[in-house]
Amino acid sequence: MTYDLSQPAALMAALLPDLLLMGGAMALALLAAWRPASDAHQRLVGQGTLVVLATSLVSVILAALRGGEATAGVIAVDGFRWAVDAVILLAAMGTVALNIEQQPRDGIRHAESHVLVGLAASGMMVLAAARDLMVIFLGIEIMSVAIYALVGLNRRSARSAEASLKYFLLGAFATGFLLYGIALIYGATGQTQLGSISAAIARHALALDPMLMVGIGLLIIGFGFKVAAVPFHMWAPDVYDGATTPIAGFMAAGVKAAAFATLLRILYEAFYLVGLWIEPLAWVAVVTMIVGNLVALSQRDIKRMLAYSGIVHTGYLLVAAVAATDLASTVFTFYMLGYTLATLGAFAIVGVVQRDGEGGAPLAAYAGLWSTRPWLAVGMSVFLLAFLGFPVFGGLGFFGKWYLLSAAIDAPGRLVVLSIIVVLTSVISAGYYLPVIRAMFMEPRAEGATSPAPTGALTRVVLIVSAGLILVCGLLPSSLATIALRNGFAPHAIPDEVRATGAGLLR
Amino acid sequence: MHAFFDGIGYNGWILPVLLVLPLLGALVLVADARRFGTDQAEAAMARSRSIALWICLAEALLSLGLWWSVDVSSAAWQAAVTLPWIPQWGVRFAVGLDGIALMLVLLTTCLMPLAVLGSWTSIRERTHSYYALLLVLTTGMLGVFMALDLVLFYVMWEVMLIPMYLIIGIWGGQRRLYASLKFFLYTMIGSLLMLVAIIWIGMVVRRVTGAPDFSYDTALQLARLGPIPGAFWAFLAFALAFAVKVPMFPFHTWLPDAHVEAPTAGSVILAAIMLKMGTFGFVRFAVPLFPEIAMAPAVRSVFLALAVIGIVYGALVALVQPDFKKLVAYSSVSHLGFVMLGIFAMTVEAMQGALMVTISHGISTGALFLLIGMIYERRHTRLLADYGGLASVMPLFAVALTIVALSSIGVPGTNGFVGEFLVLIGSFPTQPWYAVIAATSVIIAAAYLLWAVQRILYNPLTKPENQALRGRDLNWRELGLLAPLLLAIVWLGVYPKPVLQKTEAAASRLVQQVESARLSEQRAQTGGAR
Repeated sequence: MTYDLSQPAALMAALLPDLLLMGGAMALALLAAWRPASDAHQRLVGQGTLVVLATSLVSVILAALRGGEATAGVIAVDGFRWAVDAVILLAAMGTVALNIEQQPRDGIRHAESHVLVGLAASGMMVLAAARDLMVIFLGIEIMSVAIYALVGLNRRSARSAEASLKYFLLGAFATGFLLYGIALIYGATGQTQLGSISAAIARHALALDPMLMVGIGLLIIGFGFKVAAVPFHMWAPDVYDGATTPIAGFMAAGVKAAAFATLLRILYEAFYLVGLWIEPLAWVAVVTMIVGNLVALSQRDIKRMLAYSGIVHTGYLLVAAVAATDLASTVFTFYMLGYTLATLGAFAIVGVVQRDGEGGAPLAAYAGLWSTRPWLAVGMSVFLLAFLGFPVFGGLGFFGKWYLLSAAIDAPGRLVVLSIIVVLTSVISAGYYLPVIRAMFMEPRAEGATSPAPTGALTRVVLIVSAGLILVCGLLPSSLATIALRNGFAPHAIPDEVRATGAGLLR
Repeated sequence: MHAFFDGIGYNGWILPVLLVLPLLGALVLVADARRFGTDQAEAAMARSRSIALWICLAEALLSLGLWWSVDVSSAAWQAAVTLPWIPQWGVRFAVGLDGIALMLVLLTTCLMPLAVLGSWTSIRERTHSYYALLLVLTTGMLGVFMALDLVLFYVMWEVMLIPMYLIIGIWGGQRRLYASLKFFLYTMIGSLLMLVAIIWIGMVVRRVTGAPDFSYDTALQLARLGPIPGAFWAFLAFALAFAVKVPMFPFHTWLPDAHVEAPTAGSVILAAIMLKMGTFGFVRFAVPLFPEIAMAPAVRSVFLALAVIGIVYGALVALVQPDFKKLVAYSSVSHLGFVMLGIFAMTVEAMQGALMVTISHGISTGALFLLIGMIYERRHTRLLADYGGLASVMPLFAVALTIVALSSIGVPGTNGFVGEFLVLIGSFPTQPWYAVIAATSVIIAAAYLLWAVQRILYNPLTKPENQALRGRDLNWRELGLLAPLLLAIVWLGVYPKPVLQKTEAAASRLVQQVESARLSEQRAQTGGAR
């Protein structure tokens, strides 16, 4: 079926999952304010949020099964959107589930946090759907404002306040870049819809227009900040460190998925006739992989290490973006699923191992974990090996990396160079994932170290589901590959002469 | 015999069963571990080791049928099983054997029960996890030798890394953390580049046939058409992964560390089986998939030179080692050099000799590490200087060590002689100088091993700790686990024909195929020059 987006009713129907989530979140915001903050109340609101998110997920799946497409307009109705929505909602559900049990440990009793996660997720879904620069800006702001508040959730912690302020200031700065970029693009092409922009570029031969170039550059900088690509990554370790653990996980998985999906859509739909972004983006990917990995090596705090690991994965995903073949979007959703599951699981375990009332997660706290909580140690190893892209034990992580490499190697141009950088930096990454495994399995438990808090039921569900999916899909990725293939959106073929405009690294 | 195996459809299920059985065993062990508390270490040890032993014995018995059921003269893959795995990406679960893989599979399955027996009393902590990892390792190693799909091969190749990393790192010696990380990183650098090469081959296949396909046969057919684009780099990636594993000369530094720190069974498996995955990789993948590159004079002489350097260097370094385990580790570098020399000499005799060295090194070095483990359990030292005069207090041990040392030197009448002799006469016609230099190492081998044997067994019995060993000679378990190895040493030394017969067809096919590729390349070049 075709949604005629000029009809309000059809537009609403096409936005049904997003609207369900937004409406539900607003109703929950009222519920959250209804009673004074207490643990029971935050639990209730959290469970309500889970229900709302699940409802939205069901409607996403139904919409994906129904198929359909939209006329040219401000939003897209395609498999890519539904796949990204599913990943986002999965991340949000995991986050809320973990957060319900993490908040009492951190001494936080606000029920609003769950609502904010829901609102942020709705912003991300808008991003996944958006096909118009104005809607994209709207989505970014809905998402970001909720996240600014979430980072500062722990009001009694100075680190949390610092993180929140840092993220807010830098975020506002990056939004400025983004908005100015949008303005320049509008100035050059007179359009905000992605399809119309590419049409205008073709019609007026704007591929080398300086104003457009600057606009695209500013746009990429704005998104580079959101996905934490080097050199726009400085905020990530501090913010992850200051935010509560589930929220840090949400930022690593959800925000990245949404921002990346949008970036892919913008680049492939609006700027496929402009070759000049390919080369700089390739360099950003290279720098991100190298810097992220090298700096991660020196981290002694697991949360900061995971922050750098998130930066590194941004670099890997940028390789897929640079490949810009019809596989790229498929690879992105496939990779993102594995990455999201591993992120949720890893941050869940960090939250459990963290001692009450302390912000940091020093590596020393993991020494000898195997002897006191063997399954936590095994689970953490699975998630870390998934990040590392190790077969079987890291399951889905390996096939994600495999798929990414095959997209890069198959692309025209010398992307083999990029894929070799991917694998060589992966070897470096073993240098910081393995010490965690080593600490857990091979080092003795420190004298007098307390055993981690018991895992709550919801945390356990998140851990079992994420580890189970990683392992099972890592052995039998076939059906997942089919789903991912069906849900890629085919970018317009980038003409060879356009690719050739970016000379240097890739030629 | 054939009728019986056909009757039960043996060839149709044996390889998947061999792969799955250890995994099931590992799951049983994990489930069983919950029944034992921390205070029941003794009971847990007894229980877990017997489960592991039964699984490994079952595995060995099941696999023995392959000796008869596999038709090594056939050009087709034997006992082959192909199942769809990820059809979208052209990846299949395809396993099968030829004569070479057959011998390595049998070596693996037959050594595993001995590895379990070798850990019988030396592993006392977390035994369930230990044996579970050992079983997972078995699956990985067997998978490498069986895989007929490049992606499956890669997965299996990596799978064994984690269990071995944990075995060294948890149950290893003093510097286990350093050794295990080094082992992991070295192996990983090579294998990740190989992954890029594997995907590259798959993409080239896709450009030729239209569908992505990672099966080994397709890649081989592609190789027959001439070198693929980027063949040199792809060969280099494969060769690096395998050279680290072998290990060839400049990439060998992880081996002594890993060997010395690993527990006995870990050393046995490393030396006897895991190093062979490297040489097997050359025989199965690196050389036949890129024959023109591997046989190009420049590349070939680099590999031959590295092999010979490894042979002599390994032997010389072994000469000065104060630590017995390190001595054996460096002797492995030397022996594996012979294998590489045999492979790159590319004559049928040399190739067969290389395979013979592969097998007999597995037996002799495995036995050496087991023997080291046995005295280490009694004396808790591996330094040669701490021993002396053991022959008079532990006569059975002395007999066993002497026989094994002789076979490792390559004395005629033992298995070690056959392989090295074949390599030398096989490589002499085409590579006389390399063969001559390599031959000198046989003398050095005699020097370092006999000297070590002298210092352990025959010097005067002065140290009280060694005198206290009286009456603590090998027990029945230890004798039982050494007996098959000693038997194999003598049997293969006197009558190696069955093994040579099994590998002959596969070796000559490989040589033919590589030679024809080399000749056609030469013709093309001279034709082009005209």
